[in-house]
Amino acid sequence: MSDGEPLVRWQWIGDHAGELADYTAVHLRLGLLPVLFGLIISVPLGILCHRLRWLYPPVLTVANVLYSIPSLALFMIFVRYTGLTEQTVMIPLTLYTLSVLVPNVVDGLASVPEPVRLAATAMGFGTVRRVVQVELPIAVPVVIAGVRVAAVSSISLVAVGQLIGQGGLGYYITRGLQLDFPTPIVTAIVLIMLLALTTDALLVLAQRLLTPWSRSKVTAS
Amino acid sequence: MIRFDAVSKNYPNGTTAVDDLSLELAEGGITVLVGPSGCGKTTTLRMINRMVEPTAGTVSLRGQDIREIHAPELRRGIGYVIQHAGLFPHRTILDNIATVPLLLGWSRKKARARAAELLELVGLPAEMAKRYPNQLSGGQQQRVGVARALGADPPVLLMDEPFSAVDPIVRAELQAEFIRLQKELHKTIVFVTHDIDEAIKLGDNIAVFRTGGKLAQFDTPERLLADPADEFVAGFVGQDRGIRRLSFVKAADVPLRDGPVLPATSPVAPARAVDEPWVLVVDDGRRPLGWAAVAELPESGTLADAPLAPLGHTFSLVGDSARAALDSALLSPSRLAVGVDAEGAVIGVADAYELSAVTAAADVAGAPAGDEVGAEGPAGGER
Amino acid sequence: MNDLLSQLRLVGDWLTSSKQWHGDEGIPHRLLEHLTYSGLSLLFAALIGLTFGLLVGHTGRGAFAVASVANLARAIPTFGLVVLVVTLAGLSTTPVLIALVALAVPPILINTFEGVRGVDPDTRDAARGVGMTGWEVLVRVEVPMALPLILLGLRVAAIQVVATATVAAYPGLGGLGRFIVDGLSRNDYELVIGGSTVVVVLALVVQIVFTALRRFIVSPGLRVSAAKP
Repeated sequence: MSDGEPLVRWQWIGDHAGELADYTAVHLRLGLLPVLFGLIISVPLGILCHRLRWLYPPVLTVANVLYSIPSLALFMIFVRYTGLTEQTVMIPLTLYTLSVLVPNVVDGLASVPEPVRLAATAMGFGTVRRVVQVELPIAVPVVIAGVRVAAVSSISLVAVGQLIGQGGLGYYITRGLQLDFPTPIVTAIVLIMLLALTTDALLVLAQRLLTPWSRSKVTAS
Repeated sequence: MIRFDAVSKNYPNGTTAVDDLSLELAEGGITVLVGPSGCGKTTTLRMINRMVEPTAGTVSLRGQDIREIHAPELRRGIGYVIQHAGLFPHRTILDNIATVPLLLGWSRKKARARAAELLELVGLPAEMAKRYPNQLSGGQQQRVGVARALGADPPVLLMDEPFSAVDPIVRAELQAEFIRLQKELHKTIVFVTHDIDEAIKLGDNIAVFRTGGKLAQFDTPERLLADPADEFVAGFVGQDRGIRRLSFVKAADVPLRDGPVLPATSPVAPARAVDEPWVLVVDDGRRPLGWAAVAELPESGTLADAPLAPLGHTFSLVGDSARAALDSALLSPSRLAVGVDAEGAVIGVADAYELSAVTAAADVAGAPAGDEVGAEGPAGGER
Repeated sequence: MNDLLSQLRLVGDWLTSSKQWHGDEGIPHRLLEHLTYSGLSLLFAALIGLTFGLLVGHTGRGAFAVASVANLARAIPTFGLVVLVVTLAGLSTTPVLIALVALAVPPILINTFEGVRGVDPDTRDAARGVGMTGWEVLVRVEVPMALPLILLGLRVAAIQVVATATVAAYPGLGGLGRFIVDGLSRNDYELVIGGSTVVVVLALVVQIVFTALRRFIVSPGLRVSAAKP
């Protein structure tokens, strides 16, 4: 970086506002769709693991192993099949969410008090109805705690996708390095953190609206 | 040996946990602190090992102000048992029990040997030594908690609702075991409970606290039942304190009369001549067999041929209390309680009205002397 | 399926080619670089994270600050941070290592803190009650009971560090990421996938090491959950 170059040139941000907005939208899509897909996979998988206890340890091991693989390496493995596309970023990010979401679905279901489960059965709920109408709603706070962790890390990981040309705001990170110009990098970092923290706050709000009965203090782990 | 002098505990938020408490606890006995929740009984207990520091007044142990003793050192010399045992989940049972000896710097070998002794003392099998707390039932964990408290053989034991988290059957077992242990060990024990029945069962002395941390009455269980200091204590002690008082009267003090007792070998005729509706039939060792209704006796033969109504149960003049005697009367078909000696031979009978005379006698004499007698009557089971 | 096989063959060819095993651009040298970056930063992060995590967990002071730092840290894009550091400080190892440490501290800190905080109050009360000093309560009770979470924090930090060290090849650092970044710029897919494979293997080894650690140093009493009262 040349001497005298400030960390942030506000002028640059003003000039690129429209473009920044476009990349922000892409970034959100790349970061949040995987969480949605992850949830679609994790809820049934979690219910299954809750009912078949033997299934849980192997599922958890696989999810943890996937989570431990660095994103850059995992992207590269998928490049072969899905090319330099958005899918190549979203599939690994989806896989990463499983290591948080599956355990939280299972823990959430386990948090349903036994008397509640028994009462529901005694009142004549069938299994499916009981899971959907009684157990899942009670599990919501724990599941959302997991969604918060998954969403925040997913949004911050999207940037790495820029190495295959699909990084949302990550574009400004590589651009800044190429131009030896810190403003875009700082802007991208701040915007990504804002996206992550705003999403987190919205999820907290969503939980309050979804579960008015529990103003509880479930913490993300 | 443990003395509270004008002790108060106030919290910054304005609540008073203990209010100007003065109390002296005797050496070698069980003092029970009892009262509703929020009455300061646990705070009082915890001031003895400095888990809570008083805001005013002094607590002294054998004449020494406990503030002069370094807190961890003080605590190593005082056994401490709490409600859920508070065992260390990452240590084996044996190592849990060896905790205090190890803190005191004993060698590992000596500490473990001591722990093994204690495991046996509290009635747990030796193979539990290698297990972890999670693998034990609540009652077993509580026993380990007691063993851990006894680790360095401290003269004083503090017990904070140690038996309230287990089911009633296990609780009764633990209480009986506790009474047995205390007979062996003679510790100075301070015991907190919210259960007045437990207090009466275990305590040599009972301190009843009322909400706001005030001492309402400090007395023996007998005096507490006979003469509650005020309406709060009377209400807390409960409606049936009259009957419970009988627990403190020995069955040996109960007035008995001979009554209609006949051996099974006796012919029917003398029984038919008895001027009572029931005759107690006994074997040749005078052990009771059952009650025969005079109106239903056969014309001839011996009493062995007569239909017998079951006894209900008898009470023993050695070991049972007047409460067991009263219960025996109420359950008997003849409304007569049967008193037996150590061999089970009938000594005499009494009805409920005659039995009630003992409490009147107790009132005249003041508190009857002696421990609570034996078991809580038949409903309490064998011990 | 055929495709998977050909991919595996590609990896096999690359791995067995002798030039991968010698010199500054060989696997051993890159692996050593990678392990050095990751190991050093994990070590410093552990020193910082454990110290503060234990302190805050034991005293209960500063809990809110710890939770906020951890939340905020999760939101930082690691890639962005590493690139920013190189842009500002030039291409040298130390600034990047400092960034890696900064990223690895929060998971260790928060998990250590929660592990100690999560110790059953009854157990802590009993520990004080039998006469343990504050230090003894920490060392003999709180740390052993917090170990499962402490290890989890270290594992998450290790995964983070290994992954970020890979990405750090982009602004020019060494390590296993070099294969991938160089392969991408040269359109050499064999290099990319070969390098990725080595990274995956390293990640698996890290995972195995932590599973083994958990087995050996966590008390069995904290794992059994039979006969809960």
